[in-house]
Order: sequence, then C-alpha cells, then structure tokens
Amino acid sequence: MNFKQKYVFLFPGLFVLIGILIFPIIFVVRLSLSGWNSYNGLNFIGLENYIRLFTDDPRFWESFFRLSFLSVTTVILQYVIGFALAHMVWKDIKFQRFFRVLFLIPMMTTPVIMTVIWRTFFHESLGPVNDILSNFGMSPKWLTDPVLAKVTVIIVEVWQWTPFMFLLLLAGLLSLPKEPFLAAAIDGASPVRKFLYVTFPLMAPISIGAIIIRLIEASKIMDTVYVLTSGGPGTSTETSSFYIFIKGLREFQMGYAASMSFTYLIIMIISLTVIVKVLTKLMLKD
Amino acid sequence: MGKLYKFLKYFFITFWAVFVVAPFLWALTTSFKDFNSVNGGATYIPWVDFEPKLEGWRVLIKSPANGGVDIIEPYFNSLFVTCTASLISIVLGTLSAYALSRFTFKAGFVKNNDITFFFISQRIMPPIVLSIPFFLFLGAISLLDSLIGLIVVYIVLLMPIAVWIMVDFFNKVPREIDETALIDGCNPYQAFFKVVLPNSIPGLIVAGMFCIIFGWIDFFFAFILTFTEVQLLPVKIVALNSSITPWWSLSASALVSVAPLIIVAFIVERYLSKGNLSGAIK
Repeated sequence: MNFKQKYVFLFPGLFVLIGILIFPIIFVVRLSLSGWNSYNGLNFIGLENYIRLFTDDPRFWESFFRLSFLSVTTVILQYVIGFALAHMVWKDIKFQRFFRVLFLIPMMTTPVIMTVIWRTFFHESLGPVNDILSNFGMSPKWLTDPVLAKVTVIIVEVWQWTPFMFLLLLAGLLSLPKEPFLAAAIDGASPVRKFLYVTFPLMAPISIGAIIIRLIEASKIMDTVYVLTSGGPGTSTETSSFYIFIKGLREFQMGYAASMSFTYLIIMIISLTVIVKVLTKLMLKD
Repeated sequence: MGKLYKFLKYFFITFWAVFVVAPFLWALTTSFKDFNSVNGGATYIPWVDFEPKLEGWRVLIKSPANGGVDIIEPYFNSLFVTCTASLISIVLGTLSAYALSRFTFKAGFVKNNDITFFFISQRIMPPIVLSIPFFLFLGAISLLDSLIGLIVVYIVLLMPIAVWIMVDFFNKVPREIDETALIDGCNPYQAFFKVVLPNSIPGLIVAGMFCIIFGWIDFFFAFILTFTEVQLLPVKIVALNSSITPWWSLSASALVSVAPLIIVAFIVERYLSKGNLSGAIK
C-alpha cells in the first residue's frame, strides 16, 4: 500500500523523538571535547578527555568490566530461572493463574523502592536474613564485604527482573504451534528429549530476543547499586553508569563525563551487536 | 512425567514463590513496628514477637509540619507524569507503528526496518548518557524541576516500548482488514481509526501497561532532573532512606507506592492467558 497520508502517520512520533534527542546527542559529543566545568564554561580542548580516559583512568575500565560481569551473570541466572518457571507454569499445574500473577509481580515494583526494603532485609544486625543465619553461627556482611556486596546486588537484580524474562518466555511458549509436540508424543519421546529436541529449538528465536532485551536493560544497572551500596564498599560494586554519574553530577567534570558516556555508548553498541551475532550462531544452528 | 520431576517442580515453584513474597511480608510486618521493635533485632509475628503500632501508616497522612512524610503530592505527581507520558507515547507510537507496519518508506538506504530500529534502539541509550545534556538542556529552557520537563524526558523512555509492541502487533493484524475498508471507500485515516484501531485494543492495552510500568518505576531521571519544586514518589521514598532510617514509615510508604502496579500484573496475566500477548511480544 502506498499513500501520501503515510507520512502523517509516521512523522509526528519520529519528529518528536528526534526533536527531543537531537540536542542532547550533539551536545554530548561537543561536551566531550571540552573542558567544561561550572567555573569557566565551555572551552574546546580537542581529544584531551579521550586521551585521559584511554591512558589514565583504570577506574573506568574496572567499572566497565564489573558491569559486564554483573549484567552477564544476572541475565544468565534470569534466563535459566525464568525459563524453568515459565516451563513449569506453562501447563498442567495447580493454581496456574495464581502462580503466573505472583511470578510477574516483582517486575511491576519500583526497583529503588524495593531495594530500600532489601537493604533492611539484608541489614547486618537487624535484618531477617542474618537473624536466621545467626542460628547457624553465621553473620555474613551482605553490604560491606566486597564479594558479598556483589552477590547481594545479583540477588536483588534476579528477584526484580526474572519476571520480565519469565513473561517473555511464557508468552513465547504459549504461542508455539501444537504439531511438533503431537509428533513427539506419537514417537514416545521422554520429557527430557521433548524439551531438548522440540521445546528448546522452537524457543530459540524468542530466547535470543529476551536475552538481548534483558542485557540492554541490565547494562543500565544503577538504581539498585545507588541505593543498596552506593558503589561501595570502596568501588567493589561501582558500575560504569554509576562512575559517570559520580564524575559528571557529583564532581561536575561534565566534559570528562560526556567523553566517558560517549565511549561507553559506542562500546555498548559494538558489544551488543557481537553478542547478537554469537547468540544467533550458537542457538540457531540451521 | 516422573514422580521425582513432579516433586522437584513443586519444590522449586514453592521456593520461588516464597522468595518473591519474602520482601513484601517483611515490609508488611516492619510497617507495624516502632523504634523499639525495629532496633531490638529482627522480629516477625505481630502480637507474639512485638506489639504492632500504627505509627508507620499514620505519618503517611500527616502533614510534614507535624513530622509526617507527605507522600500524597509526590504520589499524584508520579501518577500524572507517568500517565501523561504514557498517553502521548502510545498515541504517537501507535501512529508511527501503523505507518511502519503497513506502508513502505525509502529514503536513500533507510528503509522501514531501519526506522523501526531507530525507535527501538533508544532503549539502548544508558540513562546516564542522556541525563547530563538533559540536565543542561532543561535548565536552559527553564523546565528543570518541573512536571513538563519530566514528561518530555519520559516520552523518550516510553515511545520505543510503544513502537516495539505495536509494530509487532500490527504485523499480526491481517492486512485484508484495512484493504477491505479502503475498497469500501474509506480514506486511510478512516480505515485506521474506524477499522484497524478497534481491532487493536489488546495490543494497545499491553503497550499501555508496559509504558505505565516503565514510567512508574523510573527513578534515575526524576532523581537528577527534579529537586524541590516537584518530587516524584521513588525519589521521595529513597530520600527517607537516611542514616537514621524510620523503617516503619519507609515500609509503609514502599507498600503504598508498589500497590497500584500489582493490578497491572493481573491485567498482563489476563492477556497472557488469552494468548494476545504472544503476538505483541516477540
């Protein structure tokens, strides 16, 4: 179909989005080439910020690898648990609707607000987790030990976002065609074989989509970290976003923060493209 | 299906259900505690472990002058910003999605899929990248710390979601529907508003739910772009989380803020059961 009116449909949305974004994006690039701070305004300093970032700032790269570790770990956990849950409430189970609604609820809750609750939950002396563990003579420092703080962030992220994975995968399972399952039943395939040779391959495209969507969202981890640990102890839970936030809006080195933002965005786009390629190759063999 | 598998299945489901519910139950009991029962160590069962008090809930409706928390205004601010931004995103996003699903666009090497990708790719943008320019930009047009400024920013967050869901949905609506309408003498606007749109209610509801979820749960932009004039709910509640935290009012306000979206969980599940969502999400 082709009508002149097609532009009337497309353009309002497109132009509103471009109109809102064009200034910020150009400005980030311009700002990243400047020594802007709150005292002496915008002065052009060329690539100085980028040179500093690539040669003299291990903290940025550490925070980036920490972010990669945290987001990949949480997304893998979410995928495995989300798929297991979706498969379990897919059919023949008691209280099916109850479990489906229950498993969706965490993603409807505001991450920062639930994180405030989780903070009290993992409180070292007054929280219920350590109260129960103290019966076994343990009192782990959930928020102040460098390793355990990462574990806590992962637990909270998995609680918060597994439902999203669950939702996407359950919607996928419900939309699968019936014929392959009938064929498998006629052949007398065992449940395990049925899963490995029928369900999983059929779900591969949906799985890739869900994993990519979650990776995109997980790479923005920030709220949870801010409330739970503020990047601490030390820098042990500091992610890229949080480090840029500190540099830009705490220390007001806006030019440097902009160059980090831009570099970070480019790295994200490249790595996501690579991940999509690799996943597609791994999961869609034919 | 083996007995062992069935046992493991119910065990795992029960375990996960407990994990999901745990923080809510903890917040619920904590909201009825007072200073002494919080600081005496973890307690769980009201009347047995501690004497329940209504203090945590009472401060929510007190005015700030009397030591209240005053979450009513932030609550309505949040509601207003989320709903307005969602509505604008849905309207503009649906129109664009319809165009991208039905008509062919070509400008140089840019085709339909590239435009769709442009919309959706805005989700890849980390909030921090946008927050600094938005901070300066809204400051320059004096919309910093205002509801309108936040709505503008939230449209960027939500429109990609609306376009993403609606393009997939329209692709599933048979083209014959609009073609028949056009042959019957409708112009493209009438075909869209009178024929296609009424058939797209489920998609619109799902897209709307997602916009509301992602608008309501945003903290970062509200945190950076507002200060004192306008406060949204998440920012207000996190501000309570100071060094001497009143856990009881914190828990009560957290529960109040989380409550409305639980209704959304029921609506999403309903559309999931009917199989409508499977078309919308892919």
